[in-house]
This record gives sequence, C-alpha cells and structure tokens, in this order.
Amino acid sequence: MPKTLLKSGARALTLGLALGLAAPLPGAALAAEQPTRGGTMNIVLQPEPPILVLGLNQQGPTQTVGGKIYQGLLTYDEKLQPLPSLAKSWEVSPDGKTYTFHLQQGVKWHDGKPFTAADVVFSTKTFLMETHPRARDAFSRCEEISAPDEHTVVFKLKEPYAPFIMAFEVSSAPMMPRHLYEGSDFRNNPANATPIGTGPFKFKEWVKGQYVHLVRFDDYWKPGQPYLDGIYFRVIPDAASRALALEDGTLQQTQFTAIENFDVPRLKALPNLTMTTKGYEFFAPIAWLELNHRVKPLDDRRFRQALLYAVDRQFIRDKLWFGLGRVPTGPIASVTKFYEPDVPKYAYDPAKAKALLDEMGLEPDAKGVRTRLKLLVMPYGETWTRLGEYLKQALAKVGIAITLETTDAAGWAQRVSNWDYEMTMDFTYQYGDPALGVSRTYVSSNIRKGVLFSNTMGYANPEVDALFAKAAVAPSEAERQALYSQVQKILVDDAPVTWLLEIEFPTFLDKRVRNAITTAIGANESYDAVWLAK
Amino acid sequence: MTAIIKLLAQRLGKALLILTAVVICNFFLVHATPGDPAAVMAGESGAADPAYMAQLREQFGLDRPLPVQLGTYLAKVAQGDLGYSHRQQKPVLELLLERLPATLAVTLTAFVLALALGVLAGVVAALNAGRWADTAVTVIALFAYATPIFWIGLMAVLLFSVQLGWLPAFGFETVGAGYSGLERLLDIGRHMVLPVLTLALFYLAVYARLTRASMLEVRDMDFVKTARAKGLTETAIVRRHVLRNALLPVITLAGIQAGHLIGGSIVVETVFAWPGLGRLTFDAVLGRDYPVLLGVFLFSSAMVIVLNMLTDVIYRLVDPRIEVPA
Repeated sequence: MPKTLLKSGARALTLGLALGLAAPLPGAALAAEQPTRGGTMNIVLQPEPPILVLGLNQQGPTQTVGGKIYQGLLTYDEKLQPLPSLAKSWEVSPDGKTYTFHLQQGVKWHDGKPFTAADVVFSTKTFLMETHPRARDAFSRCEEISAPDEHTVVFKLKEPYAPFIMAFEVSSAPMMPRHLYEGSDFRNNPANATPIGTGPFKFKEWVKGQYVHLVRFDDYWKPGQPYLDGIYFRVIPDAASRALALEDGTLQQTQFTAIENFDVPRLKALPNLTMTTKGYEFFAPIAWLELNHRVKPLDDRRFRQALLYAVDRQFIRDKLWFGLGRVPTGPIASVTKFYEPDVPKYAYDPAKAKALLDEMGLEPDAKGVRTRLKLLVMPYGETWTRLGEYLKQALAKVGIAITLETTDAAGWAQRVSNWDYEMTMDFTYQYGDPALGVSRTYVSSNIRKGVLFSNTMGYANPEVDALFAKAAVAPSEAERQALYSQVQKILVDDAPVTWLLEIEFPTFLDKRVRNAITTAIGANESYDAVWLAK
Repeated sequence: MTAIIKLLAQRLGKALLILTAVVICNFFLVHATPGDPAAVMAGESGAADPAYMAQLREQFGLDRPLPVQLGTYLAKVAQGDLGYSHRQQKPVLELLLERLPATLAVTLTAFVLALALGVLAGVVAALNAGRWADTAVTVIALFAYATPIFWIGLMAVLLFSVQLGWLPAFGFETVGAGYSGLERLLDIGRHMVLPVLTLALFYLAVYARLTRASMLEVRDMDFVKTARAKGLTETAIVRRHVLRNALLPVITLAGIQAGHLIGGSIVVETVFAWPGLGRLTFDAVLGRDYPVLLGVFLFSSAMVIVLNMLTDVIYRLVDPRIEVPA
C-alpha cells in the first residue's frame, strides 16, 4: 500500500476519534435536524441485475433498486414486527385463518393510475403465483383472496399459518400494476423495460453497464416525500474500485457484499463514512459447511460433530470476516425470532474431534490421514476462497485430508442442486421466520433433486420433520417458541451441517445521509424518508 | 489489383463455411458448460421450486432437444437475427450494438497507440543497439510485458487518480453531470485515458521487442549492404529497406491483436468499470446467457476472419513478392 494512503488512514482514525461524539448515528436523524428536500444519492449496484421488475427477479441488487420503485403491503422493524407500508392497518382473526388489510388512501402508480385492492388481489393471486417461488409458497395456502371494497383485501387461509404475516415484505410480495399486466405474458411484457410501481422513486433511465437512474415521484402518497431528487445506482464491477469510490465520495452508500471484508477496517476509519451492520435482520444469513449425507463418513453423527470441534469458528469470524458476524450456536440466527441459546455447545477443541474420529475407528495412516474428502468452494468471492483454504488446513490437523474443488456460480448451483458434491459451503436467508427460511434446509419433505436451497444434503429425521411442521401452524408465539427450541436442540446435537458464521454485511454510508437504515430490510427499503444533510 | 479481388472473393466463400462451423462448435461448447440460466437465476434469487425452474427452462427454450435448439438458432442467424436474451429481456443484437462503441473506442485507440509507439520504440532501440536508449526501451518493454495487466491498471489508478487526482479512476463519463456535445466528448476522453494506456502498454511492449529483433536481423542482410554500397542515406535505408522488411512479423501480430479488439478487454473493462462488450461477455458467461454468448462469439469470429483477410492484403501491399494462395 502506498505511503500516503496509510497516512491518510491514520489521520482519518484520529479525526474519527476526535469527532466521535459529534458524529451522527447512521440512519438516525438527530432530533434537532429537519429533513430538507433535494440532493441526489449515488448507491453501488453490484452485480448489475438482468432486469429491475421485482415481481420477476429477486436477485439481491434487483431488490435494492426495486425496493425504491415497488412496495409491499408491509415492512418490518429490526425486531421483525410488521410496520405499515401500502397497508395502513391489518387484523388477524382469532382462529388465525383470516388476514384483513386496509390499504392507504390516494396511492398512485407511476403512470398516474390509482392503486386499489384489485391490484393486490391480482399481484398475490395471479402474478406472483406464476413468477415468484417464495410468494407461491405463501399464497398457495390461501383458500380465497378477495377485495370487499377498493381499499380492503382479505386473505382466507386453508389452515392457520403463523409466518403468513411475514410474507408481505417488498421483495417477498411486491405489488404489481394490474392494468399493465393482466392477461399478458408477464415475463415478455414490454412494460418490463420501464418498471411501474407505487414507490417514492420512479424509473428514469438504465444505461447498461453504467448506472440506473431513478427520480423523485412527485405524486407519491406520503405528502412531502421523498426528500431526494433522485438516486443513481452505479455499476462498478471491480471491488478495489468500489472501495475507492467510497473513499473519494463518488458513492454515498454500499451495501451487502459490495465491499470485500478486508477493506472494511480501512474504510471504517475514514472521516466521511459511517458503517453499520444493522438492516439485515430480515435476511440474517447463516453460513455453513454443507455435508452430503449420502457420502461416507458424513452420514455419521460423530464425524459431523468432530467437524464442529475441529474448526475454529472464532478465527473465521475474526480473521476471514475481519470481525463481522457472530459465531452461530445452531440453525436459527440469533437476531431473528425463535432463537434458542440453550443448546449443546461446540467449542474449538481438535483433541475432542480426534477422539470422536478414533471412536468411529477412523485411524490415521502413516501420513496421519484418516479420511479424504472433496470440498466444493463457493464461488462468491475472495472471502469464500480463503474460507476454503482455512478449512483445508484446520481439518488436516485432525487427519481429514481435503481436496478443494473450484467452479463458477452456475456450475456450483448445478452441482449442489443435483447432489453432485461431498462438502461445500452455503448460506441462506432466513426471511424473518424459521418456517420461511430455516426449515427448508432440514425437513426431509424438501429433499428435491435439482432444486437449489432445498434439503440438498439429504438429512432426514422424522422428529425434526414433525416439530418443524407443528411449529409452522401452532397458533401462539409461546407454543411456536417451545417447538422451535426443541428442534434446535435436536439439530445442534445431530449437527447435520457445520454452522460457521452468522453473516453480517457492512453498510457504508456517507455521513450526510440521514434515515437510510431504519428497518429489517435496510438498504432495500423505499428510502422515502432519506435525506442529505448539508 | 484483380488478383486481390479474386483472392477476396474466394476467401469470402471459405469464410462463410468457417463461420457456420464456428457457430455450431460454439453452440455445443456453450451448452456443454455445467449449469444453465435457470440454475443461475434460482441461485441469485435465493429460493427455487421445481415449477419455477421448469417455467424458466421453458421460457428460455431449454426444454427442447439440443439439435432442435441448434436448428432454430442457425435458421435465425441466417436471417440476421441473433436471438433474444430472456435474462436481460432484450434482443441480442441490440445488446451487442449498445456495448460495441465503448469497447471499440478503447481497443482501437489502444491498438493504434500501441502499434505506432511500439514500432517507433523498436526502431529507436534497434538503431541504438547496445547503447542506453536501447537498454531503456528493452527494460521498460520487458517490465510492461511481464506485468499483469490488471495490476498495471490498479497502480495507474492509485497514481493518477488517488495520489495526483488528475484523471477519473473508473467509469465511462461523469454520471449526472449533464454534459453534452464537445464537453461530453472531452469528459469521456478523460475517462478513456487510463484504460487505453493500460491496454496499450502490453501490446506496445510486444511490438517494440518484435520490431527491434526483426530490424536487427534484417539490418545485416545482403540487400541492406547493397543499399549501403549504393550510397543511399541512412534514413532511406532504414525506411525503405530495413523497416519495410522488418515489419512483416509485426503485421502478423497486429492482425492477431486486431482480432481481439472485440473480446480482449474484459479485464480492463472490469477494473475501470468500462461499459463495453468484454463485461457483457463476462456477465453472460457467469449468467449462462447462451444467446448473448453466441452472439459475441459470432461477432468476434467474423472480426477475426475479416482481419485475417485484411492482413493478407496488407502483406501483398507491403511486400509484393508474397504470393498469398487463396
């Protein structure tokens, strides 16, 4: 690293300390400050998504841009409690089978047509049912979706399903305009080129390979909002250039994986930036070492437990993720609902790992190797490559010889979904409820060849199946908690995968940005209340 | 001249055959890679179910047998239709033409710059063989030749953008500045400097080394001695006799480099966030966007074929002794 960069880094650090008290918290407006109109934000877009229509594509960057154009009925606070969005209020019947939503008045689509309950019925019953796997799972549980009047929508479920209230976030169920899509081939509709939503920002221009430009929607339903004149989403494919763009002020925000972990400590120290890991509670991904249970000795619980003892997960967090994230205790992330901390613990203990392997009769040969396995490295960037290298070293210490295999994203998806691997890494979003984001990895009914993010490892435990099934439909939060606590204890003891890290993503914000990260979906929020201080 | 026209006509016939073969090979090559667009999109959206995958595959036409897909594709290409990218929801030709100007701007400029400066540096080195000018050119050329192109790019950014603040670090133009006309052109030009230099440096080094070596070889040949004995000036000897003969290998190499004008700048386009064809190609590989990939391959193979023909013609112009068989 050149000398002056180091110097400016050090200067930034002292400045940051000096200003520590005066610096505003990320996202939180100070009481004394009044929002002001005007200004344009530059937000990174990485990677460039293929299309922006959120109902058709739910890739991460599509969500970040689409979340400003489209809206859902609800959003969620950082404790994952529902907040109003296009729905101003809602009721759930005592039997847990009827959900009634009352919509905001005076909401318009970007083309000026009014948004009504008919759009909600069309979106949930027709559009998303055809195009959106997660929405299909939620709304196919409905017996009937109806609109008694222009501003009321009623969802009647076939049977109670507690996580249903989590299904209305903007990427889970974005509202699509009926007047543009009804009766058309959704995926090939010419309207897809100019996305039309109800959000605070409307689509202006997309120069492929360079930027997406959104501008203020003057007829937005919240009076006086949004405050920004517009947002540029900038495509910067190289990680070093993205870091540079934050440093020199070209970008006012980066989110998710845009910044490589090893750049985080340096950028955190810069005087013009703040960093937060809040705003990802809805996603709360857990990364794990995935084990194909069809491959010996991975079908043996003792071997899987040995893996948990053999890997120094604190090291992974501190050295590979540079202090971002938490060491997980089990399958449910500690920042989401129904997390159970009281489960069997696996501290880093190679001796214990070796004892377990001995017990299995896996004796080391002359070279100290007990068994050989292949690890398919997840092709999601530098950090995952380093993780693969670390795992190889750590497991070699207890006599498990690892051969690393590499591929690209498409090859990885193909091999994992078709069970063509021995070990790999994986992480999934939890979507605010174990029934939505966790059970899919562990229940045997979800062992489906060719489907990514299903139970690809082939783990089957009837007890776990029964508990997850019961917990999804149990009527009260307390009953659900009891069932989920039980299933977590069983899973942690069974160790079907080697949980490695509760991932935290760094969001970098220019210090002048106010109100950016306020909910559990953070950077994917509408940004109608975001403003730039002078 | 008629010989050249006849040559071109014959070559054109062959070229069409080659192009068809290339398209067919590419088609099977592209489809042989593991993973398909449906798998990629499921991976990106973080959720999938069999109905979703089946729908995507049907929409992309991937549910039909491979030979049928190939037949459809060939028929379309013959009619000048490169297909439709379902991933990006745009016709492939439109996507390619959108990106082509940005790529050509960088690669052509770099090509001309590398060729001109490279030959010049090579001549200077050869004429001063063994002296300091020669050593300087050789050492710099070796350095530029041996250093990875992305590293040169990053260091150039560190020096000219971060430290000195002279040039923009990346991008095609200043986004949101609202420039037009000449002002916009200048702005784009400023953004072009670093990518062009980075790309040019490698080839410049190659041309310089090649020209130098070739010049030194030709310099000692009998016809040069004859020219000197005739009493020609040194300039005339170098220009008309040595350089003209020494240039043949350089032209060969330039022909090869010109073939890379379309697809050869992926790394530079990535480092400098340049919105060109290279990145479109790279994204298409990662996304398994078959129609786009095939389109790019078709474009670049056509380019290689055309430039090969052009190289042959230039051979004949530079050295009329060469008989290029059709």
